[in-house]
Amino acid sequence: MFEHYLTIIIKAIFIENLALGFFLGMCTFLAVSKKVSTSLGLGVAVIVVQTITVPVNNLIYHFLLQDGALAWAGLPGVDLSFLGLISYIGVIAAMVQILEMALDKYFPPLYNALGIFLPLITVNCAILGGSLFMVERDYTFGESVAYGVGSGIGWALAIVALAGIREKMKYSNVPAGLRGLGITFITVGLMAFGFLAFSGIQL
Amino acid sequence: MSVKTTLFDPIFKNNPIGLQILGICSALAVTTKLETVLAMSGAVIFVTAFSNLFVSVIRAHIPSSIRIIVQMTIIASLVIVADQVLKAYFFSISKSMSVYVGLIITNCIVMGRAEGFAMKNPPWISFVDGLGNGVGYAVVLLFVGVLRELFGSGSLLGYTIFPLVGDGGWYQGNGLMLLAPSAFFLIAIFIWIVRTYYPEQIEEE
Repeated sequence: MFEHYLTIIIKAIFIENLALGFFLGMCTFLAVSKKVSTSLGLGVAVIVVQTITVPVNNLIYHFLLQDGALAWAGLPGVDLSFLGLISYIGVIAAMVQILEMALDKYFPPLYNALGIFLPLITVNCAILGGSLFMVERDYTFGESVAYGVGSGIGWALAIVALAGIREKMKYSNVPAGLRGLGITFITVGLMAFGFLAFSGIQL
Repeated sequence: MSVKTTLFDPIFKNNPIGLQILGICSALAVTTKLETVLAMSGAVIFVTAFSNLFVSVIRAHIPSSIRIIVQMTIIASLVIVADQVLKAYFFSISKSMSVYVGLIITNCIVMGRAEGFAMKNPPWISFVDGLGNGVGYAVVLLFVGVLRELFGSGSLLGYTIFPLVGDGGWYQGNGLMLLAPSAFFLIAIFIWIVRTYYPEQIEEE
């Protein structure tokens, strides 16, 4: 049993890395990866939010939206799955807001460290993508917790690695038209190739 | 601000992907085949244009503290419409795009234009701006999609252009183009070409 969850975590970190395998959360991934310290803050925020929202959305899907999920309320024939997108994004926005208030009250140092990144996470497609993959793969509650943790860590790992490379690249002489965004795309492409090497691994 | 510049500027001069770093996620994942590119571009143009229109229509009534949630609700409803239409009429394409249709909600182009343009401008010009940015996004997607399908599998929209060696033809398919990372290189090349024409876009470091 434990092994099964570990497999999901490892798979989500390396083999199906959200950033480098599915290209989710690319906007923030490219825009906020100039410095290792800021990208580390964002990475931690993503891990926290992902670990909370994926299981919560899992519960919502299984007890409210799925075909026949409302049987407990005496409505066995109701299928609300078309409301999925709007409820997941609502949950994510609400969760981020609650987390922001809770951190502000109980852990001010962490709140100050995360700063602007928390609200930004609402529109990070890695978060919504995580919830959508969870629904598509029909994870149970336990599996969704494991997947949330793993996919968050995977995304954080990728952004910190990219920030490290970009810090080093300040000293290189890049052709004028590629400077900034262009060369970052190429760097991410090469990193994605690196991560493709994991794709043959069977767990 | 004239209708013409609002419509055509985002296509090359102020391209959402190339310059504003918006909406990149889906640009990379759905571009292996041209038909998914067309479906995705259509959906994004529709959502951007109409979310801009609706946000702009009610912009005077939205309290600024909850504007993100209001915009999100409008966008999510439009995406659900697009998703249901794709599921009903283009089921196989919608299957192969998996979660990426839903991810239009968090496509920063839609949100960015609603927040950055539609909140400050009247409905008609906002609609045009949404249309222009949607098309600017579609242009990059088409560039990447055409190159990837043509050089990767020798076909366009499923019709053979270069007969593959495996089928008795002469063209050896470029496997690199079928792998997802190739989209990064193609977008980098697109940015390079655009910035060679518009040198003022070059970033200083």
